[in-house]
Amino acid sequence: MNFDFTAEQEMIRRTIREFAEEEVAPGALERDRKKEFPLEVFRKLADMGMMGLPFPEKYGGGGADTISFAIVTEELSRACASTGITYSAHISLGGAPLHLFGTEEQKQKFLVPICTGETFGAFGLTEPSAGSDAGGTRTTAVEENGEFVINGNKCFITNASYAKHLALTAVTGEKDGKKEISAIIVPTNSNGFTVINNYEKMGLNASNTTELVLEDVRVPIEHMLGKRGEGFKQFLVTLDGGRIGIGAMAVGIARAAYEKALQYAKERKQFGKSISQFQAIQFKLADMAMKIELARNMVYKAAWLKDQGRPFSKEASMCKLYASEISMEVTDQAVQIHGGYGYMKDYHVERYMRDAKLTEIGEGTSEVQRMVIARLIGC
Amino acid sequence: MNIFVLMKRTFDTEEKITISGGIINEDGAEFIINPYDEYAIEEAIQVRDAHGGEITVISVGNEESEKQVRTALAMGADKAVLINTEDDIENGDQFTTAKILAEYLKDKEVDLILAGNVAIDGGSGQVGPRVAELLNIPYVTTITKLEIDGSNVTVVRDVEGDSEIIETSLPLLVTAQQGLNEPRYPSLPGIMKAKKKPLDELELDDLDLEEEDIEAKTKTIEIYLPPKKEAGKVLEGEIADQVKELVRLLHTEAKVD
Repeated sequence: MNFDFTAEQEMIRRTIREFAEEEVAPGALERDRKKEFPLEVFRKLADMGMMGLPFPEKYGGGGADTISFAIVTEELSRACASTGITYSAHISLGGAPLHLFGTEEQKQKFLVPICTGETFGAFGLTEPSAGSDAGGTRTTAVEENGEFVINGNKCFITNASYAKHLALTAVTGEKDGKKEISAIIVPTNSNGFTVINNYEKMGLNASNTTELVLEDVRVPIEHMLGKRGEGFKQFLVTLDGGRIGIGAMAVGIARAAYEKALQYAKERKQFGKSISQFQAIQFKLADMAMKIELARNMVYKAAWLKDQGRPFSKEASMCKLYASEISMEVTDQAVQIHGGYGYMKDYHVERYMRDAKLTEIGEGTSEVQRMVIARLIGC
Repeated sequence: MNIFVLMKRTFDTEEKITISGGIINEDGAEFIINPYDEYAIEEAIQVRDAHGGEITVISVGNEESEKQVRTALAMGADKAVLINTEDDIENGDQFTTAKILAEYLKDKEVDLILAGNVAIDGGSGQVGPRVAELLNIPYVTTITKLEIDGSNVTVVRDVEGDSEIIETSLPLLVTAQQGLNEPRYPSLPGIMKAKKKPLDELELDDLDLEEEDIEAKTKTIEIYLPPKKEAGKVLEGEIADQVKELVRLLHTEAKVD
């Protein structure tokens, strides 16, 4: 057993923490208010070579490991969860499926610009009537003269307004009475492709969440990502990695809330002493610190397993489930500790609470995580 | 161009300093590259990128200093030398450090040496100038601008808020003041490559130095924290009375003669 970071992980942690504190945190409150995408932050992250972090150098990536990805996602999310989810989705939903299932040519064409930060990464899976239940997928891709003709709708798609291309799932046929689902890479500037950025969200206001409308969108057959009919299977593998990102994001938000609450509790005086001297507040803070530590350990364990090339689906679900639920608890208690001030936007903690809620929903709800874990423990 | 940067590992600026048993407590503290040395590293990178050459970062310290040295390599320095004095020196001072650095540098082909203006811990600002003296090369401290044209160098120097322009020539030692540049964050590729860059670890023996050659010229008598800040006093009443009262307090309480 060894709980130490490697020299690289440690240096990445220091660098990204300093960057997040100096370049990401200062505008977080304002971006949330104005629903402003953190483009400038990402331009700088691209300059630092962070946009292709876990991908091989030959595609312009950084060649770093999944633990480093978790470190970066946690630190960015601590400063601004919208930035954190944008980054996590960019890497684990946008880049990862191309890296895992793309042909060499597809990687050169589509993964390289993701690694350099020339485009954001996105992934089109969710539909109005299909999320974790792939059977509900209604988007279709029909072969015609060496092309796919794609029709359908996608919803809640992260980063698509800033993506030059994205992989999406579509029904490409039927086999034994079951829908055959494949993944196809589609340039977002294709004729008939519309990206609608019009949601009014509870939180993560500075992140980009979109609807996609595809009307007779034509792409060459070569744009098929991975094997025909394996789109959903590939998507499950992709999501395993994505869950580590959401877990890290949840830890980052929880840590931000805990740190603000601890600081406030030490400064706020009532009945002649700081409220951090009251056991009622101390116990809340102790629980927060403990839960964050446990959640982070689970995130690191899932990431470590992935880096070792071992199965990690169960641990990825566990880390995502646990981290997101404690993130909700911790942010809720941080607002509570702040009292009336906590309800005010200027004190940040209400934003953390709104942002944390998404981590219990995105990339598989808590209920779906429990289904995954139950299946993997042999139920 | 052969560029050298003198770098020190210091306490993180956000650390709360505590003293136990008459020495500063380092347990659990975070350490960083001395912020002024970061300007020196950044400037070295910019000079190298513009004029070519190689940057060597040198640090006198202990095993732990490797982290900061690697960070300098991640920022873009080409190689590094860590002179580990942990086993040889118990009480060093600026003379000690300068002597060791000069001993290392004396037979190197040096064009430019950059250092921080001061280290934020000891704050003496002496090591840079002392090294230059020992090497018998010119030096300019607290610089905010550096222009190199062939072997001619134009330096802008911060003099208590004003600027002084100095013309000099290579080889040269300069110390960096805030405002010289904006140090970059190490890039991810830089971080991943840092481990593969050459880092020489030396001890006093390797420099043919004996402990008595570098014995400290100063002695630390006592280390103590500054007195706790007390509540201020706001004077009230007519201005003339306030002035009188202020003068009286300066005499009696602040003991100004």
